[in-house]
Amino acid sequence: MTLGLSLGVVVGYLVVALALGLVAYRVSEATAEDYYLASRSIGTLVLLFTTFATLLSAFTFFGGPNLAYAAGPEWLIVMGTLDGVLFAVLWYVIGYKQWLIGARNGYVTLGEMLGDRFGSTGLRALVAGVSLLWLFPYVMLQQMGAGEALVGLTDGAVPYWGGAALITAFMILYVAVAGLRGVAWTDTLQGLFMLSVVWVAAAWVVSSLGGVGAATEGMLAARPEFGSFGGGTYSPGFIISTAITIAFGVTMFPQINQRFFVAKSAETLKRSFALWPVLVLLLFLPAFMLGAWAAGTPIEVPEGANVLPVVLSEYAPAWFAALVVAGAMAAMMSSSDSMLLSGSSYFTRDLYRPLVDADASERREAWIARVGVAAFATLAFVASLFRPGTLIEVGDTAFSGFALLAFPVICALYWSRTTRTGMIAGVAVPQVAYLAVVLSAVVGAVPTLPRTVLGGWDVALGLMALSGALTVGVSLLTAPTEEGDASRFAVVSD
Amino acid sequence: MTRLRSDLVWIPTFAVLVAFAVPWPLWGVDRVVAGLPVWIWWHVAWLGLCAALFALFVRSGAWERGMGRAATAPPVDGSGSAARGGDER
Repeated sequence: MTLGLSLGVVVGYLVVALALGLVAYRVSEATAEDYYLASRSIGTLVLLFTTFATLLSAFTFFGGPNLAYAAGPEWLIVMGTLDGVLFAVLWYVIGYKQWLIGARNGYVTLGEMLGDRFGSTGLRALVAGVSLLWLFPYVMLQQMGAGEALVGLTDGAVPYWGGAALITAFMILYVAVAGLRGVAWTDTLQGLFMLSVVWVAAAWVVSSLGGVGAATEGMLAARPEFGSFGGGTYSPGFIISTAITIAFGVTMFPQINQRFFVAKSAETLKRSFALWPVLVLLLFLPAFMLGAWAAGTPIEVPEGANVLPVVLSEYAPAWFAALVVAGAMAAMMSSSDSMLLSGSSYFTRDLYRPLVDADASERREAWIARVGVAAFATLAFVASLFRPGTLIEVGDTAFSGFALLAFPVICALYWSRTTRTGMIAGVAVPQVAYLAVVLSAVVGAVPTLPRTVLGGWDVALGLMALSGALTVGVSLLTAPTEEGDASRFAVVSD
Repeated sequence: MTRLRSDLVWIPTFAVLVAFAVPWPLWGVDRVVAGLPVWIWWHVAWLGLCAALFALFVRSGAWERGMGRAATAPPVDGSGSAARGGDER
């Protein structure tokens, strides 16, 4: 493939996205609510695709097919269950409730909502701090994915750091000028683009292999164990704990959680909810089956490379393979710009304003937000150069860290007896324990603590249970504080 | 409060929908049907069922009642106006 063509396709995509962002910028107002929430005016199609595109990152687009290629197509079941069904239910249980009280009380972030309910700046800062902590590896994951993608596309002409730097520069620029309206618009473009591209890719590869039946036969001839459900990596413990930690983690991701505040009306949330399982399946089925079918083809996937671009360069024309990489870059971009935007709102509203300068002007806040984004993305870029794990490993760590927030938040939303001390214990203790597990694998001086026990059960699942038990237990033992106000979370029937 | 006792049936329904999105009864089964392993078809059909039941959950008004809000009136004229929102914000 010619270098110019592939780079042209990728850069062309980035330019289109930037142009959209600039248009969005021209129609936006200079308020924080507009910058972060597009003035709560997002409609069904845009909300659906902005959530969808944000969920889809290097984790789904490269990590998923890689795992299906190595371990079998059961990854489709894990992701379909957690994303299509469990997340949809949580979308109602957490998302709709948050939308109701968020629209009434004008909340922009999760920390702000909890801080207001419990009258606690400390809790607000704690939730924001924990969220930013786990956001870091996930932004890094996108930069790793982009770096690997451009190395693969250009056969190493663009080095790993070059691809990672390109996406870092672009996402800083983009978030700085566009705000959520621009992010939401490009997410819709990217969501539709990825969905179409992945189906064309599957059709292309399947027809080269002689149809779906032949592709599956080839897969089973090479890897007979792929045909039977379960086994190998996919123990019941792995399936259940992966599905639960990721689904709960996703709801606490800043960029997803903030989406719960942006819908224009309840109808928007309802329609998105009902369409969700089908939309998720439409993307996962071709993407992950492509990875699994690739196991039956004679392709060689080099160490550290991603299977999807390799199989496409074998069975589809060069320009199309470049288009798919552009689609994957799109997925990473939409994830990163949403994450950075939400992260910057957590930083300015929940950390900077309450703790440093309560009287900062809107102008100053907007400026601090943009500087924060640039600093955060640059640090993540530097960390991504060390490549601390595979895409799935880094992603899974971040998801589990967020999942530990979910039970305390659900308690706060539904149980008026929850106290401030209960919340702080339920959030802080499991986070410290999980951080110890994660860091013990990175720091050489201490023994590495196990991440899974008894055949694939993730320790994060146990810590999630602990977070729920601590929130309830400590709340029962302590009295509600004067500053707390449970009525802030009451839903009024109007 | 406007919650209905019949709405409680949605709680076990959602639990079953989540639990059996994973084709547990087909654990270890390796039959191929219409070009794909049969447990993949189970999952595809199950997610279709989920979308249909989620839409039913929304239309029945249990969505609003579950949060303690007044339900929107069901469409009586059959003109498909179920989309009329309860929220005029």
